[in-house]
Amino acid sequence: MDITKVTSKRLFLPGIIFFFLAVLALFYPLYAPAYYVIQLTAIFMYIVLTMSWVIFSGPTGYISLAPAAFFGVGIYTSAVLGKALSLPIVICAGGLVSFCLALLVGALTLRLRGIYFAIFTFGLVELIKQLLLYWEINITHTRGRFVILVSNNTIYYVMLAILAILLITAYIIRRSKYGLALQSIGEDEEAAAHTGINITALKTVIFAVSAIFIGATGAIMATRWTYIDPYIAFNPLFSFMPVLMAIFGGMGQFYGPIIGATIFAYLEEVLITRFPYYYMLIFGLILIISILFLPNGLVGLLQKWRKGDLAKQDENP
Amino acid sequence: MVVKILDVVIAGLLMGGLYALIAMGLSLQYGVARVLNISHGEFMMLGAFITWLLYSAFGVNPLVSLAICGPVAFIIGFLLHRTLFTRLRISSASAGAYEGSSMLAAFGLLFIIQNIALAIWGANVRAYSYLGFGVNLGGALFAANRLVTLGFAVLIGLGFYTFLARTRLGKAIRAAAQDSATAGLMGVNINKVLALCFGFGALMAGFAGTLISMCYPIDANMGLGYTIIAIIVVALGGLGSIPGSFIGGFILGLIGSIVTYIEPGLSLAAYYLLFMLLLIVRPKGILGK
Amino acid sequence: MRILEGEKVTKYFGGLAAISNVDFHVDQGEIVGLIGPNGAGKTTLFNLISAAITLNSGVIRFKDRKISGLKAYQICRTGVARTFQSVKVFGNMPVLGNVLLGSFFGTSTGMSSADATREAMESLEFVGLSAMRGTPAKDLTLANQKRLEVARALATRPELLLLDELIAGLNATETAQAMELVTKIRDRGITILMIEHVMKAIMSVCNRIMVLHHGEKIAEGTPKEIANNQTVIEVYLGK
Repeated sequence: MDITKVTSKRLFLPGIIFFFLAVLALFYPLYAPAYYVIQLTAIFMYIVLTMSWVIFSGPTGYISLAPAAFFGVGIYTSAVLGKALSLPIVICAGGLVSFCLALLVGALTLRLRGIYFAIFTFGLVELIKQLLLYWEINITHTRGRFVILVSNNTIYYVMLAILAILLITAYIIRRSKYGLALQSIGEDEEAAAHTGINITALKTVIFAVSAIFIGATGAIMATRWTYIDPYIAFNPLFSFMPVLMAIFGGMGQFYGPIIGATIFAYLEEVLITRFPYYYMLIFGLILIISILFLPNGLVGLLQKWRKGDLAKQDENP
Repeated sequence: MVVKILDVVIAGLLMGGLYALIAMGLSLQYGVARVLNISHGEFMMLGAFITWLLYSAFGVNPLVSLAICGPVAFIIGFLLHRTLFTRLRISSASAGAYEGSSMLAAFGLLFIIQNIALAIWGANVRAYSYLGFGVNLGGALFAANRLVTLGFAVLIGLGFYTFLARTRLGKAIRAAAQDSATAGLMGVNINKVLALCFGFGALMAGFAGTLISMCYPIDANMGLGYTIIAIIVVALGGLGSIPGSFIGGFILGLIGSIVTYIEPGLSLAAYYLLFMLLLIVRPKGILGK
Repeated sequence: MRILEGEKVTKYFGGLAAISNVDFHVDQGEIVGLIGPNGAGKTTLFNLISAAITLNSGVIRFKDRKISGLKAYQICRTGVARTFQSVKVFGNMPVLGNVLLGSFFGTSTGMSSADATREAMESLEFVGLSAMRGTPAKDLTLANQKRLEVARALATRPELLLLDELIAGLNATETAQAMELVTKIRDRGITILMIEHVMKAIMSVCNRIMVLHHGEKIAEGTPKEIANNQTVIEVYLGK
């Protein structure tokens, strides 16, 4: 049970592994070649996108297709402010603007049925892209912007920091009464409301908090592209990948989306150069197959397998 | 002055006819089959590309392609529903769960179809000219192909409306839209009816694709924009109301034309503004229940 | 003291009046029964009180404070809890988790995790479910799920509890246990308004009974008075 005290034994092994990984991650750029640092940064990015998506859409069942919009907003905040302000402020600004956007979206749609939320977030990427295109063509008369240059190691460490804060936040939410409340919203929203939970406020706030991380990630990752325009920044792919990774990995366990993100981040890296369109095709197929046959993801499969083993043990004492 | 207004209004109706056609298709898929098919625009894109291909490679008249693209889209949609979405429906724990998982499956489809097109034809814009001459209407010049498009859209729309109202299958569809469980108990083959509706929705997308290819340039990424517009129209007309999407399409077309006249490039923003207003004032839409 | 009262409460669905100009009141410490044929509007009245739906006209007051117009979660936090006709437990959550939500989000705010857990366990013990606290709610029997709903409602520390057909679907033993639970709840100081179809149970436990028919209140009185009321008998047995 989530809230009751967990015995120290259960936390011991994952704790050791986690600590080991954390140390490895901290010193990685010092001993790994630049290419691998960049690759790990990309994996961190996808983990953040996926886990942010899972924080809200996982327990509540409200499907957000907005990550690409928040990501793009973060990218553009960085492009616009990057030359004038220091990096930490730019990243926080990216998170803040995404937060405000998410609050607006939430206030408008989260008091209605989930389909309205999904619909609204679906078109958001395209909407913001067109607004920015209009802005650039008619008002600033520039097309695209150039982004400040930041070293690969800096990007790595910023991404690692965002990831760490996100994982801690996600874990705390999940284990808190709000995590439980989010779950109840996903199970039976009316009953949740009648249990004293302010469902609209909770949904909106959690959704907005999750958007912060996506926006901040966009702000730092923008520095990997030297040139940005609305087409590059607002790409529906960044709404698709978190969904794929979360569903494939499985949302039943905390680490499920992390596994899913790592697998597909790596796969994308491997396939994108050789099969630019085919890899997306395959990912689309995998998503459909996962929805059909792996509703609880890889993690769910593992649990079934483990339960099956235990059952066998009971049969043959 | 009057000419200008007429110009804008008729341009709005022309666009509206197309929107109405696409939205009706989506409304069928969501209102009856309960699948929010966000890959709807991709079916349209396929229809457009097949028409373009047949015309540029084999000189096939696009109006003839209507009879090809529509049915092909129908078959693909029907089969997809029979296999993928029916399976999802049966294994879903609740209506809400099905709504979510079917939408995500459609999301996967979006990327599959879009990337098939990108892989075959690349990201370049294609176009061809057909019925491109101008027709004089009340002092303003309109392309013949756009008028033909409007004509077809209205024809198909009214034809389908009659089909729903008069025929036995149409009645079965309306029953399934109201309450699929009870309709099933009344002897309606629900699996078949829902798959047919999904197929009809794809049929409309296929038609729309052919018609659009006659009037505008096309590219493999065009689907998303139209899907979003279709979704807004369906929400505006009322989720689940097919006549609502027909009317809503024309309303949006008119608004788009007015906005484009004042400030081109802001039409989607205007649609979204309308959508936001709708969410605040009357979420269930014009004809929604 | 009148803990709950409604004046001229009216609710339309389309053109049909589901509840029409109903006046009602519940005194503190009572167990009031709400009966009537199917479609009389009993659950609709509950939905209006708990703000699952909004009323068209009229006013509902809890402890002299107007609650019609508040949102469902606010009404719960004011001290009105309810159960549902179709048992709405959080299926994939363990029993304890279900009740914990009541402790955390009910009338008492700012509870620590330890305090909330303790209160939740008390609630579970009160209804007799503490042994099953780790079981996912969907794996419980119907009778136990109903107990869980009651436990969750009680965990919000209500002063008024609305029970919607608690006995529906229960066998004779479970029914007796349910009625025992109801009196136990009243003995704890919680006022109860309950919808029921099973006459014997209602007659045995209620101080007062209200009868609804076609959205209107047609009778009100002690169980004995209602049992002998000509109008009520006609409504149930047909003219």
